[in-house]
Amino acid sequence: MNIFIFGLVNSVILALIASGFALVYGVSRLANFAHGALYILVGFATWLFLNRLGINYIGSIFLSIVIVSIIGGAIYRFFLIRVKGMPASEIIASLSIGIAIMELFRWRGFIGEAYMLPPFVTGSVSIAGVMIDWQRLIIIGIGLAMMLSLWLFTHHTKVGLSLRAIAQDKRASMMSGIDPDRTAVIGLAMGSALAGVAAVVILPLGSITVETGYMVLTDAIAVCIIGGLGSWMGVLAGAFLLGFSQILATAFIGPHWQMVVVLLFIILTLILKPSGLLGRQKELEERV
Amino acid sequence: MNKDVILQVKGVSKSFGGVKAINHVSFDLLKGQILGIIGPNGSGKTTLVNLITGFVKADSGLIFSEGKKLIGLPPYKIAGLGIVRTFQIPRPYHSLSAMKNLVVPLYSSRIVRTIGGKLGDRDTVALDILEEVGFERDAHIPYKHASAFPEGFLKRLELARCLALRPHVIIMDELFSGLSVSEITAMIPIIEKLQMNGMTLIMVEHRVRELFQLAHRVMVMNFGEKIAEDVPDEIIKSEIVKQAYMGVT
Amino acid sequence: MDEKIRRRERLDRGIKVRTEGIYAISSWRGIAYMSLPTVAFVLGLLIIPLAVTSMAWQKIIIIACIFAFLALSFDFLAHFVGIVCLGGAFFTGVGGYISGLLNSAFGLPLVITIPIATIGGAVICTLFLLPCLPMRGIYFAIVSLMYPLLFARVIQALNIFGGTDGLPGLATFPNIWVELYLILPLILLLTFGLRRLVNEDFGMVLRAIKDNDQAVKASNINITWFKMKAVFLAAAIGCFSGAYLAHLYGWVGLSLFALDFSIFPIAATVVGGVGTLVGPVIGALILTLFSEMLREFGPLRVVFYSLILAGLVILNTGGLVPYLQRKYHQFERWTEI
Repeated sequence: MNIFIFGLVNSVILALIASGFALVYGVSRLANFAHGALYILVGFATWLFLNRLGINYIGSIFLSIVIVSIIGGAIYRFFLIRVKGMPASEIIASLSIGIAIMELFRWRGFIGEAYMLPPFVTGSVSIAGVMIDWQRLIIIGIGLAMMLSLWLFTHHTKVGLSLRAIAQDKRASMMSGIDPDRTAVIGLAMGSALAGVAAVVILPLGSITVETGYMVLTDAIAVCIIGGLGSWMGVLAGAFLLGFSQILATAFIGPHWQMVVVLLFIILTLILKPSGLLGRQKELEERV
Repeated sequence: MNKDVILQVKGVSKSFGGVKAINHVSFDLLKGQILGIIGPNGSGKTTLVNLITGFVKADSGLIFSEGKKLIGLPPYKIAGLGIVRTFQIPRPYHSLSAMKNLVVPLYSSRIVRTIGGKLGDRDTVALDILEEVGFERDAHIPYKHASAFPEGFLKRLELARCLALRPHVIIMDELFSGLSVSEITAMIPIIEKLQMNGMTLIMVEHRVRELFQLAHRVMVMNFGEKIAEDVPDEIIKSEIVKQAYMGVT
Repeated sequence: MDEKIRRRERLDRGIKVRTEGIYAISSWRGIAYMSLPTVAFVLGLLIIPLAVTSMAWQKIIIIACIFAFLALSFDFLAHFVGIVCLGGAFFTGVGGYISGLLNSAFGLPLVITIPIATIGGAVICTLFLLPCLPMRGIYFAIVSLMYPLLFARVIQALNIFGGTDGLPGLATFPNIWVELYLILPLILLLTFGLRRLVNEDFGMVLRAIKDNDQAVKASNINITWFKMKAVFLAAAIGCFSGAYLAHLYGWVGLSLFALDFSIFPIAATVVGGVGTLVGPVIGALILTLFSEMLREFGPLRVVFYSLILAGLVILNTGGLVPYLQRKYHQFERWTEI
């Protein structure tokens, strides 16, 4: 039971982290390597608003998510748009921007245990004999709510539908009057917002460090590789597979085996089904 | 098995998503023949070429060539058996000169196997082949970057790429498309000469008039199915073919 | 019309035209003109260590050479094969650890461990990257970026191979001059060797794969096999750098998997000029120089050069070497239309 609950938490965490990255890739085929940077940007921004400007918690969260979404969209609009279509340059550009942001924080001294965000609700509760803190339950709740609202958004709102349209067939969408650049900006803004939501619910579990940024990037990419780039269900599948496997490994082998599990799964995926569990990546062979 | 049949296609089908692109197509290709394949747009001609040459995997059916099963082989292995193709839109290696473009197929395992690697200077062989398809040797043309050539020359380069592999069967995917009448007229002798030297050809074409001058047999496709196969004279008269192209009146 | 429109035009210099083809050897001036860049490059590289005063700077030159190797490896794969490899750190880490482990656990001398690490490391790295080769390029980039990060975490988590502390006390080179003059000629060899390779028939196939892989497949060539050979070569270069680094400091640790080794070579290539092979080497030298000068700023220098990299990539500039080539071979002037 322990394993089920913590496995669930871990999986939802991974799914939240990966969803922002997957969204951006799905919409604009852009592997956004600044994802981790945006994640901790929200974290640090919230901390700053909370502790330096004295804004209340909810306000800080709201403000930082909005601001980072704008920053994300701006990164695309002013920088990444110029390397649109050249995958090598896209990756290098977004990676460099991401690293610049993260290392900027490191330089400004944002290191150490001092930077923490308070949990939404303190204390823990016992569910089915397992002690679990409220924050983790909130994570599950918000995670599921996020998935649901994303689903609703992309299936029932005009903007959301245009995002899906561009993801499925860029040319046809363009012919229907959807502007791919605008959609990409929205996509990146939403991806940043998702990263932000993930950040504010997950960061209270620990402290905000620059390393977290790199780890988030690695985790998001891992989930997407295992689940399959370009597939929503794939992200969920990958997240749950990885999430539960990590907890199982921690329980039965040892706490340090989490990373090994990630590496193993990536290798397994690449050997058995390189496009990922539910991936729709066409092998080069099929491009004629 | 009839010794003269160099390629056998039996009941081949392929669907993309819900669309049935090829529906149970069968035909035999005789050695030394020119088989033309015509049909309205979207009839599946290029998909058929892709199926035979391995770029797309068939859902069902059989494809044989001289006892070897072709379905399931990757494109480079099928080319290694001597069945080569041109591409509808010629895309040469833009960063290389015309001559160096040909060095690539000459580096393949088929050439090394057949001649035992004693081809000597690949550059020289490349120039020879280019001359066969009409690139004048002396005028520095072969040394020009491939991006500098007009369409007619690019099509010839495609053909040269095929010839470099010393194939048995060449499948030409709309070789004449995009060419002017004079360019086509210039290519016809090259094709005739190939056939006279024993090459087997499949020509997928839209330019029906020019095709009918060359082809021994013509196969007509529509909506992924073979609707007719006969000598050109009969195909011209066929009602079924007319309906396929013109629609039912 | 009274209005005179002026525009800039760029023409080949007289001496360039006069030294076209065989005429290059028709005059001493012509020979000097044609050979000057190459001679300057070779001599410059060989003489720099002598011109520098302190050993600290000489060490820096060696580091620059290591990065130059990685930059060559990146440029080769990216421009001539069309594979964007973000895994420089993967190669250095694997190569370094293999060499370090062989030296530390078995006491093998570095003349043996370095070659073994180069080849063995290349085999391992290629095997790990093999499944990505038939896929779209972005997959290779992502996976190659991930591997070093993951490997480092695994080593840390399982506390193997020295864990967080690493393996100290490895064999080092006899003296600084050996370190310098072993690596400098190798850089020259590699630069000119790679240049030769990409113009040989094998290189033609690689470039064709980058241009149009469908046609190469249709030409009876197994693309994956060729890409694998190219990746092996690049990996060998990277693993060699890692092994060399390990014995330079006598220590291997998690820092061999640092992202630095992946990013820096890319920056060096972009600065020096993509595709020129000489450019990445020069770029590595320049960037290492700047990096040293900015040492006091700590993490800020990483910020600097990632911003510079981002800027250069986004603005799609040509790079230093193409710029110099233009200036050397051509001149500009205003003309009236």
